[in-house]
Amino acid sequence: MIQARVIYVLWRREMIKYFRVRSRIAGAIGMPAFMLIFQGMGFRKVEFPGLPASIGYFQYLVPGIIGMTLLFTAAYAGMSVIMDKQFGFLKEVMVTPASRISIVLGMISGSATTSIIQALIIMLMSVLLGFRLPLIHAVLFSIVIMALISMIFINIGLILSSLLKDFHGFSTVINFIAFPLFLLSGALFPVSNLPAPIRILSYFDPLTYGVDALRGILIGHCEFSIVMNISILLTLSVLMVCASSYFFRKAEMI
Amino acid sequence: MSAIIVKELTKKFGEFTAVDSVSFSVEPGELFGLLGPNGAGKTTIINMLTTLLLPTSGEAEIAGYDLGRDPDSIRTNIGIIFQDPSLDIGLTGRENLEFHAMMYNISSNERKKRIQEVFDVVGLTDKAEILVENYSGGMKRRLEIARGLIHYPKVLFLDEPTLGLDAQTRRSIWEYIRNLNRNYGTCVILTTHYMEEADFLCDRIAIIDHGKIIALDTPSGLKSRLLGDCVSLTIEGRIDLIATALGEKEWVREVIPDGKTLDLILSDYEKNIPEIFQTASNLGVGISSINFSKPSLEDVFIRLTGSTIREQEGSRKSVRQERMRRRMLR
Repeated sequence: MIQARVIYVLWRREMIKYFRVRSRIAGAIGMPAFMLIFQGMGFRKVEFPGLPASIGYFQYLVPGIIGMTLLFTAAYAGMSVIMDKQFGFLKEVMVTPASRISIVLGMISGSATTSIIQALIIMLMSVLLGFRLPLIHAVLFSIVIMALISMIFINIGLILSSLLKDFHGFSTVINFIAFPLFLLSGALFPVSNLPAPIRILSYFDPLTYGVDALRGILIGHCEFSIVMNISILLTLSVLMVCASSYFFRKAEMI
Repeated sequence: MSAIIVKELTKKFGEFTAVDSVSFSVEPGELFGLLGPNGAGKTTIINMLTTLLLPTSGEAEIAGYDLGRDPDSIRTNIGIIFQDPSLDIGLTGRENLEFHAMMYNISSNERKKRIQEVFDVVGLTDKAEILVENYSGGMKRRLEIARGLIHYPKVLFLDEPTLGLDAQTRRSIWEYIRNLNRNYGTCVILTTHYMEEADFLCDRIAIIDHGKIIALDTPSGLKSRLLGDCVSLTIEGRIDLIATALGEKEWVREVIPDGKTLDLILSDYEKNIPEIFQTASNLGVGISSINFSKPSLEDVFIRLTGSTIREQEGSRKSVRQERMRRRMLR
């Protein structure tokens, strides 16, 4: 049973806290911003095999870095659940009559919004660095893709947070998961350049399809069809929501 | 209908039995206490009754709803104030209360009214817009109590409500709890390891040790049933006569003559004092002074568990055992 009001309350709390703690915004954007500036500017002139000459490396990189921003902010969303657990606030949430699935959806909607805000900041930054933005409807469409991408990775963080209790454990494990996902996704280079055995792994990486969809929409270049990308992302997000609400029901939150 | 009915509730963590077949019931409007040393299983009982922990076995009914079948209805009708802090310190006092009120589906107008009301009750109105991270320990506790009241719960659980607070704050929180119970008729269940707190607040007390209820009665019932009251008389005249005469009364438990003083352990001294004087004057024996002492809850506890509650938390070894035990309970 999904309670819209519960989702709204949790979302609102996340927004209040997000805009109150400015350092969090800056901190989360730092890493992708550096990648964008140094990697993007440094490799600007490089020509990759498998990449049309009309699309420069910087154009190619931007959707990848947007994907990276989404991946890392979303995966780390579980961290705030761990914090709530340690500060005892999660107990307060769990003892209210809110259904578990609404609580999970509330947490997802809050974190998805912050992830998308971060991604849009990165997009804006890339425009300042020379990224050629498509028409507005394509940008809006890309936000839908961003929502799907963040949904998938938020749930990975949430599941992990229902199993773990401390910050250190969480950040170690999440780094161990997020970095390979990032590097395999083709955010930095075309996956087709990877040797076959590793390339196969990249097909199991949800971010591969996320970044590819973003590229298709933002720069008009993609490996798979957009329909295929979206169907994979959509299926995965639904499955992940089910999985994390299952874990939240099962976990003893005290 | 009882506010709470608990039947043979048991919780095991692996090999360790934290709560061992506990049964009791609480009437609506009652202030009921679970008294016991740290690690006795009080918090585990509360966590089960508030649907946060699944019992290993046993049944419970809270506000008319079955614990196993209808946890959502239970959650709607109860409030809980946890032992450990459970506020969002990144939000202001008001935001914390708003969050809570919205989670309980209280309409916007009603919400404003009730938040103001509970802020007044706990005296935090002028601190409402301050971030909770800047609150003192006592203010945080009061905010949590305020939060527990917003949705007018039928049953309010308080887990060690005054743990770690100074005497003055403790007093004022006792007053809040008492007023709340009287003015709203809220049934309150509180756990504590402070004797004075249980004695001052509770209509009935269950003494818990090692996961079991070892006694359950009103504070005065506990005291009189277990030890009786102590009366010391200074006798003028034949002490042996009056000792024998009083020893035959059914309400006298023990007679201890010692020189000119006569110590009596008896039940209901308020009722039976006149009869002591009556007996003395019938025998022609004078009583030159009289001295009463009521046993404290602490005496009861010592009698029941063989150690004081402070000894149990005091020694280093037991503190360590306590921590181990608590870890197992997490």
